[in-house]
Amino acid sequence: MTASTLRVRTRRVSNWVFLAFCCAVTLIALGFLAAIMWSLVSQGLGGLDLAVFTKSTPAPGSPGGLANAIVGSIMLCALAMAIAMIVGVLAGTWLAEYAGSSRYGSVIRFLNDVLLSAPSILVGLFVYELLVRPLGGFSGFAGSVALALLAAPVIVRTTEDVLKLQPTSLRESGVALGAPLWGVIRQILWRSAGSGILTGALLAFARISGETAPLLFTALNNQFFSLDMRKPMASLPTVIFQFALAPYDDWRRLAWAGALIIAASVLVVSIVARALSREQTRS
Amino acid sequence: MAISSDQASGSRSASPRGSSFEWIFRATCFAAATALLAALGGILVSLLIGGWPAIAKFGFSFLIDSTWDPVAGVFGGAGPIVGTLITSAVALALSLPIAGGVAFFLVEMCPTMLRRPIGTAVELLAGIPSIVYGMWGLFVFAPFFTKYVELPLMTAAPPGSIWETLFSGIPNGSGILAASIILAIMILPFMAATLRELLMSVPAQVRESAYGLGATTQEVVMSVTLPYVRRGAIGAVMLGLGRALGETMAVTFIIGNSHDFPKGLFDSGSTIASTIANEFTEATGDLHLSSLIALGLVLFLITFVVLALARLLLRDQARL
Repeated sequence: MTASTLRVRTRRVSNWVFLAFCCAVTLIALGFLAAIMWSLVSQGLGGLDLAVFTKSTPAPGSPGGLANAIVGSIMLCALAMAIAMIVGVLAGTWLAEYAGSSRYGSVIRFLNDVLLSAPSILVGLFVYELLVRPLGGFSGFAGSVALALLAAPVIVRTTEDVLKLQPTSLRESGVALGAPLWGVIRQILWRSAGSGILTGALLAFARISGETAPLLFTALNNQFFSLDMRKPMASLPTVIFQFALAPYDDWRRLAWAGALIIAASVLVVSIVARALSREQTRS
Repeated sequence: MAISSDQASGSRSASPRGSSFEWIFRATCFAAATALLAALGGILVSLLIGGWPAIAKFGFSFLIDSTWDPVAGVFGGAGPIVGTLITSAVALALSLPIAGGVAFFLVEMCPTMLRRPIGTAVELLAGIPSIVYGMWGLFVFAPFFTKYVELPLMTAAPPGSIWETLFSGIPNGSGILAASIILAIMILPFMAATLRELLMSVPAQVRESAYGLGATTQEVVMSVTLPYVRRGAIGAVMLGLGRALGETMAVTFIIGNSHDFPKGLFDSGSTIASTIANEFTEATGDLHLSSLIALGLVLFLITFVVLALARLLLRDQARL
């Protein structure tokens, strides 16, 4: 009797300790994350003014903004997304519609999953060896290719998953109407899976827009405003990296403002992506 | 009806219009899928070619020598390699219990009203770029860490004891332990979100029957639901480890960037990724560049093994 009440007691106490631990740890985690958001907003808002969006990166001590970096980031990401969308959607389609359970298909699927979480700095090194060294110079184009390599696996993955969710009857009815398979894919499956693919694209965009490491030795950086993809190009993350480590207060202020811009846009994009995917699961 | 089907067969004849393009489309898709394979293979090959001069010159000693002297042209990668392994291991040890706790909290005990917001917050924070974590680490965390952790611990450590060695270093907020903590914070939301997803995939009957037998929440989690997703959970942890190993920006800001073996937890060190990020564009010669790429090759091999294992383990569970 006493032994069993003791046992019940021990179980109850250890359960209580466990619950307390989980709650405490959640509070700690949320606390850390709140602290990061708070310093991002409090430090970033101070440096955020109109000049940030209209002027190019300054020399230390003189006024300036991040315009060249913002435009550079947009161009790099846009080209990267264009490349990644073409490769990613086609590859995802192949995996979902043509590969079946073939061995080659499962190898690609596996390697894509590895590529999905491969260190981004290695992708930068690869593109450096592939495009920068042979062509004799850093370029915005090389930066875009590096970012595309990081975005494509995400798109492949979501495209494949969403296409597999489409009912077989959809394919059958398309074929029954006399359309070839590629017509069915293009005109029926891609359309009905459209918002899912878009979600994947947004997630991929959120991933690459803050990437710094692969840009360091592909697009490098550029202190001046430039739209030439064949030349080194500024981007928000690399400017933040350079400015944050510099000992000038005005540079640091700009770095915080840049970090706030990036974090805010990533958050907005992922919220939109989540809303889209929720809509799709509901319909 | 008959007329319209006649018209249809007029414009779309017996063999479907455009069916000759079928193989072109198929081949294009195939080529795109193969491009992914080529990309991963290309990473390996380019690292091998780029790193070959250093590998040929230093051979195996590249892995165990910690001399990194661009002036004399002698490079050994042991410092960054050890730094990578230590920071990742410490980060994992710190963030695993916390991530587990958060996941258990969200799945088993969170009030329904809070479940969605906290879950969403955790997932969104997993997407914040690592450079933001790095900046926060450098400007906010490091001063705090110096004042409230490093200095008290260093003064409290009895001289001559193992603690003194462990807590040696320069108390400036950057170093191995600080970098590990930032890494831990960074991989925390990611691991928590993945673990939560896994735990939610446990069928309700399994949990309900455990509760029905009178198990406490702790017993349900530890003996029923966690073992149920064991393989996936290990996979999720290894994905987190893979992230920590390859993470560049969050670490570069705060690790102190010294190529020697770290002597204590507060000593500055370096990881493979931070060394490459810092020195690549300023490399002094071909051998220096090649040594950096060889370091990249080491990182590739380590992460490939970890990620491949993680994916194999996760494959049985829901694909994440």
